[in-house]
Amino acid sequence: MLELVIFYLFATIAVVSAILVITRQSAVHSAMFLAATLLSVAGIFLSLQAEFLAGVQVLVYVGGILVLFVFVIMLVPTDRAMFERRYNRQGKIALVTAAILIAELGYGVYRGSGSFVFPAGAIEPAVEGNSQWVGTVLYQNYLLPFEIASILLLVAIIGAVVLSKKPSTADESAVGE
Amino acid sequence: MVSLHHYLILSAVLFTIGVIGVLTRRNILIILMSIELMMNAVNINLIAFSGQLQDVIGQVFAIFVIVVAAAEAAVGLGIVIAMFSNKETVNIGEIDLMKW
Repeated sequence: MLELVIFYLFATIAVVSAILVITRQSAVHSAMFLAATLLSVAGIFLSLQAEFLAGVQVLVYVGGILVLFVFVIMLVPTDRAMFERRYNRQGKIALVTAAILIAELGYGVYRGSGSFVFPAGAIEPAVEGNSQWVGTVLYQNYLLPFEIASILLLVAIIGAVVLSKKPSTADESAVGE
Repeated sequence: MVSLHHYLILSAVLFTIGVIGVLTRRNILIILMSIELMMNAVNINLIAFSGQLQDVIGQVFAIFVIVVAAAEAAVGLGIVIAMFSNKETVNIGEIDLMKW
């Protein structure tokens, strides 16, 4: 019973904040409501006994990505966007598409519900503790994807630096050469 | 008792909200935030099945999804800054250089 109450609390906060993210006029307000959504999703991870992922969610999403968003909102003056229309012209078609999408997803969950019942506690964790378990599997069975992910992050860092470099400095260096 | 359906339906609702945000908003920063919402919805699915199957592979996969989300946010926001220094706008309606 307590599990259900906690789930509905976090789920309600997540869904309401997510709706506010896409309806607020100001990008800063959207970022703050996105923080609320991400933190309640971290709470749902905790209720699923994924403690490591809950920590990663708070550290990487709220502490990293969201701070990056707020920095960019600070760098890019969005005053003009405050007085413009919020939604584009194809809003009605978009809502119809989204209704079809949620109907499809709901139908899939409804039809597949019989196959969601798994034997409880089929495999016991090999080691104590969620973080240790995740780390063991990540470094033993998934070492190659882990290394590829690190290369992806390196490429993203270089790409972000190249993209946000001022074009004028590139011209000056070209003239200098 | 919280069943798997609860998590799947929550995930579907969050994903659809993200889709609506991507399709309807005009501010490119909020479109990027909606993409983050969709990635989070996928992570809920992965971790719910991981918990249900008592198998940690779903959580390992969710870590990779978070890595991709972080890379996407960094490059996407870099593009936003580069675009703003050229066009002085965050409105996707005005970013139409490659529109035929």
